[in-house]
Amino acid sequence: MNALKKLFGGNTRQFGMIFALVALIVFFQIFTGGRTLTPGNVINLFNGNSYILILAIGMVLVIIAGHIDLSVGSVAAFVGVSVALAMRDWGLPWWAGVLFGLLLGAVIGAWQGLWTAYVGIPAFIVTLAGMLLFRGFNQFVGKSNTIPVSKEFQFIGSGYLPEVGPDTGFNNLTVLLGLVAVAFVVIMSLRARATNKALGADVPELWVEVTKLVLICGAILYATYLFATGRPGTSFPIPGLILAVLVLIYGFIADKTVLGRHVYAVGGNRHAAELSGVQSKKVNFMVMMNMSILAGLAGMIFVARSTASGPFDGVGWELDAIAAVFIGGAAVTGGVGTVIGSIVGGLVMAVLNNGLQLLGVGADLTQIIKGLVLLAAVAFDVYNKSQGKRSITGLLLKNFGRNNELKPDETTSTKEVISKEA
Amino acid sequence: MTSLDTQGDPILLEMRSITKEFPGVKALSNVSLRVMAGEIHAICGENGAGKSTLMKVLSGVYGYGSYTGDIVYQAETQQFKDIRASEAAGIVIIHQELALIPELSIMENIFLGNEPTKWGVIDWAEARKRSLELLARVGLREDPDTPIKEIGVGKQQLVEIAKALNKSVRLLILDEPTAALNESDSQHLLDLILGLKGKGITSIIISHKLNEIEQIADEITIIRDGKSIETLNVKRDGVDEDRIIKGMVGRTLESRFPDHEPKIGEVFFEVKDWTVGHPQIQDRLICKGSNFYVRRGEIVGFAGLMGAGRTELARSLFGHSYGRFIKGQVYKDGKPVNLRSVRAAIDAGLGYVTEDRKSLGLNLLDDIKTTTVSAALNKISNYTVVDTRKEFSVAEEYRKSLRTKTPSVEEGVAKLSGGNQQKVVLAKWMFTDPDLLILDEPTRGIDVGAKFEIYGIIQRLANQGKGVIVISSELPELLGLSDRIYTIFEGAITGVLDKNEASQESLMKLMTSARKTA
Repeated sequence: MNALKKLFGGNTRQFGMIFALVALIVFFQIFTGGRTLTPGNVINLFNGNSYILILAIGMVLVIIAGHIDLSVGSVAAFVGVSVALAMRDWGLPWWAGVLFGLLLGAVIGAWQGLWTAYVGIPAFIVTLAGMLLFRGFNQFVGKSNTIPVSKEFQFIGSGYLPEVGPDTGFNNLTVLLGLVAVAFVVIMSLRARATNKALGADVPELWVEVTKLVLICGAILYATYLFATGRPGTSFPIPGLILAVLVLIYGFIADKTVLGRHVYAVGGNRHAAELSGVQSKKVNFMVMMNMSILAGLAGMIFVARSTASGPFDGVGWELDAIAAVFIGGAAVTGGVGTVIGSIVGGLVMAVLNNGLQLLGVGADLTQIIKGLVLLAAVAFDVYNKSQGKRSITGLLLKNFGRNNELKPDETTSTKEVISKEA
Repeated sequence: MTSLDTQGDPILLEMRSITKEFPGVKALSNVSLRVMAGEIHAICGENGAGKSTLMKVLSGVYGYGSYTGDIVYQAETQQFKDIRASEAAGIVIIHQELALIPELSIMENIFLGNEPTKWGVIDWAEARKRSLELLARVGLREDPDTPIKEIGVGKQQLVEIAKALNKSVRLLILDEPTAALNESDSQHLLDLILGLKGKGITSIIISHKLNEIEQIADEITIIRDGKSIETLNVKRDGVDEDRIIKGMVGRTLESRFPDHEPKIGEVFFEVKDWTVGHPQIQDRLICKGSNFYVRRGEIVGFAGLMGAGRTELARSLFGHSYGRFIKGQVYKDGKPVNLRSVRAAIDAGLGYVTEDRKSLGLNLLDDIKTTTVSAALNKISNYTVVDTRKEFSVAEEYRKSLRTKTPSVEEGVAKLSGGNQQKVVLAKWMFTDPDLLILDEPTRGIDVGAKFEIYGIIQRLANQGKGVIVISSELPELLGLSDRIYTIFEGAITGVLDKNEASQESLMKLMTSARKTA
């Protein structure tokens, strides 16, 4: 048990979610008679959820900073219809359409950021207004019609990695991508281990590290196999690729950059952050603006996938994105959350959706189950906090082994200090 | 029936050997208090002496069973289990922070929780009639429908008293009633308390303003370090301010300080005519044209009672992070500097360690290493990418040099004890390499051992040629640590004393009066 604990130690809450995700996949794989982990189904799952996952990346930053964004679905729809119109009526090429969409997202984000950060209106209100505003704009500029988009543009939503090189029976580029991912994971974790060792920080035992790596790489390779062996013409989907790149970029920003640190600081304790020289208004503006840019991107991907923009695109997306973030371990009060966690949270919802569909469960029951899962995940989190614990796995393993909690109040006694000083 | 004391005066309240413990701290030990019917009884003591705790025991905030000792009120032993029970007996406490709801009207506030009803429906006609009577009694000429937020603090205080009168109060407890009031409002309030005395209402008043106490109190009980020291009868004993101060501070120095040989250089930081307005209240000033300077290698103390404006001064200097800036200029190394934002203040070489570690100083979700570098991220990042190796080694360095007790710098700061948290906060500011470090109550909530270490750190910083400002409510701490001490009273600097001319008595005198001796 201690070994298990070590293996899933570190960021325990996140590993708890990964646990849940794996359990869910195994469950559905068994009960759907193997229909879950087929190339076709997995590709579908990614295609149908990548835009929600992209929203979740932006949403987790918003939520870490202590806000919320209810407008993402409407913003996505408005950007989608605007881009479709711009390409049809102004004859913009697909790449210019994408740039235009991102720019429009930035402008909308600046608008919402302005109200939230500089005027000081709670993001809930600003984005509730935005939800109405941009839904209205979508139907106004699109005249509530369906507007088709070109084949080239459709590629960003429904394209796949092309076939290149010799016929190996696999999609070569997908295989390459999988191998690069494995190499990346191995090199990064070994480097981190070496660094920590050099600094004298605690490192887990070698076998723990190796087992962890084997498990992660195994999962990546298995996914690669699934993506590379789909029916002809399919392989790793382009939206999945965009998502992967965004996860890397935003994971890096959140974890390693000054801006990322500031987002966590503002969400964790705004006053303390301000008294440490963090410009909290700027930070709030940036996260709100970023969210709308990503919403614009998600909207475009959706339009590209469904080959046309429509008046009801993106309805309810905000709720899916927010749910993904909270299942992924973010705190309602801000300051806590990770990009990767939100992706896992989003995948939990996606797998649940997909699996229930495969089992032929109706939409009514699916919603009930999803609602319960969201509630349970957050309730667990709240319960853990009230118990002064942080991890789900810790909770599951509570009765096994010893709790190596540290004694908080070890302060040097006066005598000891005086004798040291002398 | 009311019992009589030896002189034949009726005793209203007697608290006998009250002891109240919090985990690890004995807040009150064997405190006794005797209040005669119809008198005004003052309780004096330094911050943290236990005055407010004693009043909370009396009013049932700390209910029966959570303390030991007896409360005899109106000749009967009482066991108040909560505030409602004590209010039913006619004891009403008015806290320093007023318990009024800003959005509700005067009338609604007076009757809050005590609404006159007819068949379960609030009888507003009756409420209005009674509130007009009550307002007349406290001398407040305002429409009962005026929202509380639209009247000043002085008038709000009167509403509190009206609310107490509505509960047919016999014993009124006022905790620092004039702390937030200006001179004329204070005088009005004091007159009102005297007037109530004439109507047979007994008052207990806690105040730091000794001149006021001298003016209205019949008896004074002095509390020091959780013990009742003495009770003085103002008329009989001929009590004056000096006599009260002597009782309040008459203790030997308990804490110890590391030896320190100051190496004081030239003046490098100067503040002139610093004037700042209250953040909400229009024409109230929280800093009234303050002038002071700090020399290199000097530890400068700021003494003042709670609410005197010490923190407000520090925070308004540190990037204008509190209050409305009105005028004033800061000079560093002879040149004027602009401290318009916290960033600018940090860049100009200032650091500020807040008195409120948990809500203003730390992100309790963070670990030690992220906290250590959080005010100077630019020092460990290249092109805005944080170098986590440097981060770790910086945090590790401070952990060693400040002897922070933690298994690793990756531990969450929420898990540390107060002393160790404070060391992390100090590390954070030391890493910004400030020329002037402002420490606001640097040892609040910290045990004796850690205090000693923090004093050592402060002295080391001074020896490196930095200027250090220490704001503290503990006079022995200021006397033991500072090379020079400024005193603040009601937002104004009232004096400055050198280490060798300062004593608790001389400081207390400057801290409690507006007399200019500087």
